[in-house]
Amino acid sequence: MSEKHEIIPVWFFVGVLFLVYGVLIFVSGLAEWSHPPDTVLAELHAPVWWGGLLIVLGGVYCATFRPGRKKA
Amino acid sequence: MTAILGVLAVERLVRLAPVDLAIVVFYFALVLGIGFYLKRFAKTGEDFFMAGREMTAWVAGLAFVSANLGSLELLGWAGSAYQYGILAAHWYWVGAIPAMLFLGLVMMPFYYISKTHSVPGYLQLRYGTAASGLSAVTFAIMTILMSGVNMYAMAVVMKVVLGWDLNFSIFVSSITVAIYVAAGGLFSAIFNEVLQFFLIWFGALLIPILGLIETGGWHGMVARIQHNFPGQDFTHMWSNLGHFKDNPMGMHWTGIVFGLGMVQAMGYWTTDFLVVQRVLSAKDIRSAKLAPVLGSFFKMAVPLIVILPGLLGLAVLPMHLVPNNEVQAGQYGYNEVLPLMLARYCGPGLLGLGIIALVAGFMAGMAGSVSAFATVWTYDLYRPFIRKTAPDPHYVSMGRWSTLIGVFISIGTAYLAMRFASIMDYVQALFGFFIAPLFGTVLLGMIWKRVTKAAGFWGLLAGTLSSVSMFLLMQGKFPLMNPASRVRWVSLFALSPDAKGLAQDMYQSLWSCVTCVVVTVLVTMVTKPRPDAELKGLVYSLTEVAHEEKVSLLHRPVFWGGVAIALLVVLQIIFW
Repeated sequence: MSEKHEIIPVWFFVGVLFLVYGVLIFVSGLAEWSHPPDTVLAELHAPVWWGGLLIVLGGVYCATFRPGRKKA
Repeated sequence: MTAILGVLAVERLVRLAPVDLAIVVFYFALVLGIGFYLKRFAKTGEDFFMAGREMTAWVAGLAFVSANLGSLELLGWAGSAYQYGILAAHWYWVGAIPAMLFLGLVMMPFYYISKTHSVPGYLQLRYGTAASGLSAVTFAIMTILMSGVNMYAMAVVMKVVLGWDLNFSIFVSSITVAIYVAAGGLFSAIFNEVLQFFLIWFGALLIPILGLIETGGWHGMVARIQHNFPGQDFTHMWSNLGHFKDNPMGMHWTGIVFGLGMVQAMGYWTTDFLVVQRVLSAKDIRSAKLAPVLGSFFKMAVPLIVILPGLLGLAVLPMHLVPNNEVQAGQYGYNEVLPLMLARYCGPGLLGLGIIALVAGFMAGMAGSVSAFATVWTYDLYRPFIRKTAPDPHYVSMGRWSTLIGVFISIGTAYLAMRFASIMDYVQALFGFFIAPLFGTVLLGMIWKRVTKAAGFWGLLAGTLSSVSMFLLMQGKFPLMNPASRVRWVSLFALSPDAKGLAQDMYQSLWSCVTCVVVTVLVTMVTKPRPDAELKGLVYSLTEVAHEEKVSLLHRPVFWGGVAIALLVVLQIIFW
């Protein structure tokens, strides 16, 4: 990202956001598993798999772009 | 806007759970944290206003698209898709992709080589202070007005959807933007725009996914729309554009191709500094050329989260939405289709994500507006007209203050919008007044060295005045005119009495650009050209565009530009 400045890559912040949101949404999806909300297609449990997807993406971004990681 | 006000009496659409509130609070904390973290890097004018010119093509490209994804963009175009069908996607495809590629592959080298800090800055170099000052003043006013109207529209939706207080929404979100942009300048705006881009996508993408599952795919959706709205064509892009009467938009294909694609889109994507500033932050010329090209792929995909939810609304919503200015108690306007779809599919957690995607859309748009405003005010108005020579830290300080002041003026504009029901429509039209002629002025200046300083100024002024005049005549509001004669003017300018609002806008843009070009050429013929030596780096025939370093085909902007055009053609054929 930066040549003149040693700035943490923006992708790391994207990873943090995804990871935190993924955990929050995944856990709330699990918590409501037996009592799904009154929404259309609630039986698909979208929060669980969408939260899971965010956790995976967030984890990959955080690991790949973590501060201090040397470029290849 | 009256429409939205009309539904304020309706109970809130959804109620946020604690997990949704946690999502909202974390977002605000993160963007503020990023702003304070980046403050230490925004020390010089180059850092604060141009993000140090060290962004990669990906970051500049995502910020370029994200700055355009404001709340009106998300809510308004989803509503337009409900109202007009897939025709609304023209504003994302023909009305964006060729222009973005033109910016990247043709115009960006000139902006970049001239080392200008803004579009008015380029006009200053090419045409002098008069044209630059005119462009800077109009840009500053329109940007702040648009920012305020966006803010108000967002706050109203938050009230309708969540029952949030208008003042709370306006102040919390706008002051957050003010703090992080004033702290980190364009660095901060761009970082948060990239963050917001991902948030908007992952917050809104579930709607089309679940919508298509519910309808049984695209064909199932089309069948439901035909059942709900018999005899109306909402799912074709070109086959119903043969006559103004054949489609719900009252549009003709010439308006889309010439008015939208060749003038309005070119004007917006190549001369509106709000978006161009992001690309100017690129670290080298290849990145500057590649950023809009990469951005074009993301722009091409945005209809998936904006247009498709509008179409799905036609298929699955149990109620029929109504025009925004005709909403009665218990009804919903077109602009509420996206929140309605969100409430239909998203429970706790996902709802918070969707809501914060809308808030992020607003904040990205507003950050774009105020950072561009701060740059144009400081470099194109304050420095040339008020204080010509001052140390760099003085201009950085002015940039920070003008960011804060810009936000507060925007807040004032938001409250002004509450008093004038149709101000949003007018401001959008006003914004178009200055963009179409500006494109003619900038393009002629880049490709024709003979164009003179006086011609640049008078062409821009004539184009702008002609645009305003056409608008007033077609609205029946020109001084002393008989309002009943407006149909005659619509027939004259928009080529048919059946042309509706958007079609009128497209032809208005087309003719104002033509006026600008004609006046510029005529004045050029009777005035003295500038010596070639003064125009090096500013005009095509006198500029050696630096060759990019030798890179593989896959790293060349022109290759990806070709891929984007091919993809655009395929999409047009699929949805013909």
